[in-house]
Amino acid sequence: MKISLQKRNPLPWWGKILLPLGAIVVSILFSSLIIVLTGANPAKAWYYIFWGSIGTQFALLETIVKMAPLVFTGLACALAFRAQFWNIGAEGQLYAGCFGAALLGALPLDLPAFLYIPLVLAGGFVAGGIWGVIPGILKVKYNANDIVTTLLSNYIIIYLLEALLEGAWRDPQSGWPHSPLINDSARFPILIPRSRLHLGIVLALLAAVVVYLLMQKTILGYQIKVVGENPRAAFFGGIPTGKIVVITALLSGGLAGLAGVGEVCAIQYYLVGGMAASYGYFGIAVAMLGGLNPFGVILGAFYFAIIMTGAQVMSRMTGVPVYLADIIQGVTLLALLFMMPFDHYRIKIRF
Amino acid sequence: MEEQNPVLRMNGINKSFLGVKANQDLNFELYPREICALLGENGAGKSTLMKILFGLYKPDTGEIYIHGQKADIKSPRDAIRLGVGMVHQHFNLVSTHQVWENLVLGLEDRFLLDKKQACQKISDFSHKFGLDVNPEAYVWQLSAGEKQRIEIIKVLLHGAKILILDEPTAVLTMQESEALFSVLQDMTKSDYSVIFISHKLREVIRLTDRVVVLRRGKVIDSPMTAQTTEEELARLMMGDEKTDEPKPVYSSKKGREILRIENLSVASDMGFDAVRDVSFGIHEGEILGLAGVSGNGQRELAQVLSGVRELRKGKIYLRGDLVPRLKPSLLINSGWGRIPEDRMTEGLLLNLSLMDNLLLEVHTRPEFRKGPFLNLKKAKNFTEDLIHEFDVRSGSYDLPVHHLSGGNMQKLLLARELFLEPRFIVAGQPTRGLDVKGVRFIQNLLLRERERGTAILLISEDLDEIMSLSDRIAVIYEGEIMEIFDRQEANRSRIGLMMAGVREDHN
Repeated sequence: MKISLQKRNPLPWWGKILLPLGAIVVSILFSSLIIVLTGANPAKAWYYIFWGSIGTQFALLETIVKMAPLVFTGLACALAFRAQFWNIGAEGQLYAGCFGAALLGALPLDLPAFLYIPLVLAGGFVAGGIWGVIPGILKVKYNANDIVTTLLSNYIIIYLLEALLEGAWRDPQSGWPHSPLINDSARFPILIPRSRLHLGIVLALLAAVVVYLLMQKTILGYQIKVVGENPRAAFFGGIPTGKIVVITALLSGGLAGLAGVGEVCAIQYYLVGGMAASYGYFGIAVAMLGGLNPFGVILGAFYFAIIMTGAQVMSRMTGVPVYLADIIQGVTLLALLFMMPFDHYRIKIRF
Repeated sequence: MEEQNPVLRMNGINKSFLGVKANQDLNFELYPREICALLGENGAGKSTLMKILFGLYKPDTGEIYIHGQKADIKSPRDAIRLGVGMVHQHFNLVSTHQVWENLVLGLEDRFLLDKKQACQKISDFSHKFGLDVNPEAYVWQLSAGEKQRIEIIKVLLHGAKILILDEPTAVLTMQESEALFSVLQDMTKSDYSVIFISHKLREVIRLTDRVVVLRRGKVIDSPMTAQTTEEELARLMMGDEKTDEPKPVYSSKKGREILRIENLSVASDMGFDAVRDVSFGIHEGEILGLAGVSGNGQRELAQVLSGVRELRKGKIYLRGDLVPRLKPSLLINSGWGRIPEDRMTEGLLLNLSLMDNLLLEVHTRPEFRKGPFLNLKKAKNFTEDLIHEFDVRSGSYDLPVHHLSGGNMQKLLLARELFLEPRFIVAGQPTRGLDVKGVRFIQNLLLRERERGTAILLISEDLDEIMSLSDRIAVIYEGEIMEIFDRQEANRSRIGLMMAGVREDHN
């Protein structure tokens, strides 16, 4: 028996939706297997995942709260991947954004909210951008592998910040290491009373629109697309490929940083260890599931927000460890990578 | 020597690719302990024939006999098992590993690697044939000559008695070539037989016992080396000048010199100079054809003139002004058109649309932008106009460019370049791989540009193309320009000799 791959015409538009759905189905099946191994009933588990995330109004609002940072990190990864800049550092860039927001937010400034909020957003974007641009520069100047540099940069900044929190930046009034509380006017307004739904989701959706316009309508977006498609031809055509990679790294880090601003200004109100909850890493799966498309990212973010929120409820009700959410994320990504070649190839089996 | 039976016989070999007959009713024999040259210009069919022997291609018809037995060669594995070994132009070595590790690759002897035994075996071969190499050296530390020795030992370790060497001296220095020749001569004394593919007449005369000349897929003749001369071989390779073929006469459009290249030297990827101290000029309204067998520096020259490779030394003047740096963006804005040789990897964005490809060099121009935004409407109109003008046949405009045929891809590239109304064009193998219609179309485009006063450097492996389009012809060999002459003074055998390395004024 001989199995070979044969090139085919790419699938029409519905293929782009079918493949991610296929990946989702595969990941549901696989994680159901895991659920069985822990001794629980998969149907019951999945019921609670969905009931716990979209089954009640409160649950739905919580899901949307989780969706906002996922949209940001998803956009960050989608943009970077379009340029073939493999940014695995969204997690660290998110933390950098937290740092920027927490720093500016806690300064003795007496600003009204409509000034303060743009300030912390800018601060978070810049901080995330700086953290993201460093691996970008290393890639361009020294051909340093971006996967390695972005991944390791996460650890650098996370531990740096934890050290800061233990030492110089610790709020003297609390028992648990965290930075000083940010000023009231720096806090994101809550959109629906008695929930945690805040401005972040609006900003995230806006960011998706901006990224869409950037990629489809601007010169920079065109250049990013071309560099990602074929850097040699981009160079041949006169595009400054190094510059484009660096700009992409900067924008990508900035977007991830905005996720961090949301976490500080709307959830925690200070910087504390372990606050990012893997949003940065999930962003990779969100971007891939969404086909590197800003609107796909929104849908992918919603799906993973469901998984993240629902997993906690499911865990309480069935005893399955909450880490199932991470397993689902990983399996979805793997399943997606496995499905992707089918856009260009079909399997041929000969006996 | 030929009284003995041949070790190898290939009978009635036919092989076509998409209607082009690469090998036509070929009969080829190799006798024991001989070094047989396989000579021919690009496209003559020598590579194809050897790839059939080595199991990389299947012939349409024909049989192969090794030591008198019919051989069924379905893959290189079969060929190796039958004692055929091929040393390719491009080495297949793992540079981060040591020599002995590379050589042990593919030997099915045992499960565990026995370093001592492997090194011993390597040393034995080394000493036997003077192929000195340190088995524990790392491949990245070695010179091209040493790497080639490893490739030869690799082939010997697999039990080859028939060696095929494909243009082996392309990457060697003079001394290394000489060393290789004595190794080969030693080997044939020990019951090995060698097929030496080359286009370099000097070496063929020096090293081989017999020469098989191919032209357009057929064997023309196979004289004994001692009984032929370089001139005769060149004539066999290139064919006689057909006296009744009308020489195309174009009215001279030549204007003043627009491009001047002085003392240009360019390093290849492997370190040595691929282009050596080359100087020439091109005039407005002139096509300067650069003839030469592929691998003699044309690629590197075209890459420097396209701004994608650094020059080591030399100056380039455009309209009398020194060009300080050959950067693609500068070249595009100076009216410098470039048709890349590797059109799919260097020139086109295969997964993007026709519009995206056409915009590549012009997307920053004021007419296509509105501030930071692309003027998509103008871009779309521009795309439609160009596709229409250059007759690019494609499905829907949104489909990625990789679905286009080779000819249409090339039309797209030319449309993109000619839109810029260049004053000078460097065209690398512009009609390679195209069908007859495509070739005509592109050639007519070039002639049309010539009429408009554009200077064109035409680099092509197809000598017929150079002969029919050029006003002047330069011949490049081993990185040097052998000579430049007017079209009227040129004939195939003269050019053929030069392409094969024979200078006119040698003693």
